[in-house]
Amino acid sequence: MNPVILYSVGVLALIAAGSAIILYFVAKKFKVDEDPRIGEVTEILPGANCGGCGFPGCSGFATALVKGADKGDISGLACPPGGNETMTAVGEFLGLTVEESAPTTAVVRCNGTKAKAPSKLTYEGPTKCAIAHTLFSGENSCPHGCLGLGDCVDACDFEAIYMDEETGLPVVVPDKCTSCGACVRACPRDIIEIRPRGRKDRRVWVACMNEEKGPIPMKNCKVTCIGCAKCFDVCPPVANAITMGNNLAFIDGDKCIACGKCIVVCPTTAILATFEPPKPKPKPVTEEKEASEVKK
Amino acid sequence: MKLKTFKLGGVHPPENKKTADIPVVPVDIPKRVSVIMSQHLGVPAVPVVEKGDKVKVGTLIGEAKGFISANIHSPVSGTVFKVDGVTDATGYRKDAVIINVEGDDWEEKIDKSETLLKEIKLSPEEIIQRIKDSGIVGMGGAAFPTHVKYMFPEGKTADTLVINGVECEPYLTSDHRVMLEKPDEILVGVSIMMKAGKVDRAKIGIETNKPDAINVLSEKAKDYPGIEVVPLKVQYPQGAEKQLIKALLNREIPSGKLPLDVGCIVNNIGTAFAIYEAVQKNKPLIERVVTLTGKGLKKGGNFLVRIGIPAKNLLEKLGEEIPENTGKMISGGPMMGKAINHLDIPVTKGTSGIVLMSEEESKRNIIQNCIRCSKCVSVCPMGLEPYLLEKLAEKDMFEECEKEAIVDCIECGSCSYTCPSSRQLLDHIRYGKQNVMRIMRERRQQ
Repeated sequence: MNPVILYSVGVLALIAAGSAIILYFVAKKFKVDEDPRIGEVTEILPGANCGGCGFPGCSGFATALVKGADKGDISGLACPPGGNETMTAVGEFLGLTVEESAPTTAVVRCNGTKAKAPSKLTYEGPTKCAIAHTLFSGENSCPHGCLGLGDCVDACDFEAIYMDEETGLPVVVPDKCTSCGACVRACPRDIIEIRPRGRKDRRVWVACMNEEKGPIPMKNCKVTCIGCAKCFDVCPPVANAITMGNNLAFIDGDKCIACGKCIVVCPTTAILATFEPPKPKPKPVTEEKEASEVKK
Repeated sequence: MKLKTFKLGGVHPPENKKTADIPVVPVDIPKRVSVIMSQHLGVPAVPVVEKGDKVKVGTLIGEAKGFISANIHSPVSGTVFKVDGVTDATGYRKDAVIINVEGDDWEEKIDKSETLLKEIKLSPEEIIQRIKDSGIVGMGGAAFPTHVKYMFPEGKTADTLVINGVECEPYLTSDHRVMLEKPDEILVGVSIMMKAGKVDRAKIGIETNKPDAINVLSEKAKDYPGIEVVPLKVQYPQGAEKQLIKALLNREIPSGKLPLDVGCIVNNIGTAFAIYEAVQKNKPLIERVVTLTGKGLKKGGNFLVRIGIPAKNLLEKLGEEIPENTGKMISGGPMMGKAINHLDIPVTKGTSGIVLMSEEESKRNIIQNCIRCSKCVSVCPMGLEPYLLEKLAEKDMFEECEKEAIVDCIECGSCSYTCPSSRQLLDHIRYGKQNVMRIMRERRQQ
């Protein structure tokens, strides 16, 4: 046999044996002990990697959960898309009890539809809210309202938000919404808010973000909150859910009892709800109003 | 002789300078003016007057806050109606002082006479303090507070003062008219700036589409030592400071550096005139020349406008109405200006012109795919790759944008202007640049 072949085979065998020994010791020396529970918790999680929990992906969240479990406390950690079911399963696996959190969903806090807040301008720039926001106040001139270019729709991983062509506003599909918060982060005007779903899916919110004094936004939009505080006055003391600030009413979703009284009194219909509000009682006030209108 | 210009990139849009021969006329003062507190780059000024206060022309009404900021003075005399928000050119509300006009009473210290004062009495430090007190900002459009340019950091010196008389934006003629009507004042202003910056030579760059201005200024400049007028080839964006320095002195500013790093101070012609008035006449920056023009207008014009007067008053003075086929109204030039939604916006220190563009001129074409023709690369005056930056910014890949030197972009718009597929290059690049700047700022703070 050719000695060259013998030599080469011999040398390669030696190199292989040498490398194997080095690798064995290196592997021993630098061994990383990964908690096997992390992998198993990741299995339990939905695997959407949406980032709604605030951690980079499901495995990142699982690591945080296991670390928390070692300290015996995982309160404050929640998986928005998985909801209570997932968190209970995780809690069972880690041998901890998990507090049930109220289910939430995203709501759009602007009702400036094409009909209510008509366009005065035409925007021809890129269809990206983040860009339009830096350029101007919007086609309907409201500096706090929805730009209608759909950054929230692009951000949603669950197809839970879509653009209504007729109104020009985004619509959230509560059944699909996991309240991961991607749309909240995408919106340059902070119009989208994560709110409790409410008992029997009844929720009420102020669909306006305007912070200017009444007459200014009324020029641009018919359904703006003018900060008149009528809703604040009618909110029952049991709930006391409404706060006023920056010429704007805010309804605390945790306190709201969804009685619907505020919806009826709002003069600009800026308060929206998922249910039919109670019918307003016929009042003598309306007659006075009519009379004053006649005078004018 | 071959004319000087910058070497890299550049475009030559149709000039349309139809108002170049129309002399500057003052606009009548209306009953009420709104003076916005953020007329300059940097931190907005803080109002120092309250409702009911009496003010005269030249009274300080807004005080500079922070290093990069500028004072604001009352352009009219009267009573402060209120301190409130007004809608500015972008539709957002900004703090403003609204003044009800009563007569035209000037502060006593201001010299209202027209006589030319050549002798410079103040020391360099006093000049810089006067520039700061008078609220002088760059009159070219960006409105950068001027005094900051003369406060050199430790160990830095300048050897040349570069004066921008280029006015490379199409349509605008305000600087052109100032050069023709106030040449002596400008040259004294330049001498003041030379003294303040401790430099012994100044170069005034003027494009050859303004031959009358070149003639007048070169003739007069013979009496002023160290000032030279240089005719330049017509090319956009020659008025950008980096391009102007390259054209006049053949010096290149490295990425991320300032003109001072190559020994230059750059100021606009309008700024030179404002500095003359501030230093020699003690008159703060309360008025400026604004061009109102557009193809749809019968003639257009150049106006001397007090700050805070609504833009529609210019149109009234002209005796015309908004032409029917107007598609866009722009504050500034058509290349770098901003679209505005109505003419009620008050004129600010940075308003160099109002351009009313017809629908066909202003309409954006249908966006098509990038055909990799690399026209944007060849016209980019900063040597960037706009097609690539657009894609990266569109996909929010800001780290890559930073590596591709997106912050060097001067937002001149040559790439969008030249793109045969009408792609929205600058819109996306500006978005990317803003985000990269934000990320860099956050990194510095950590």
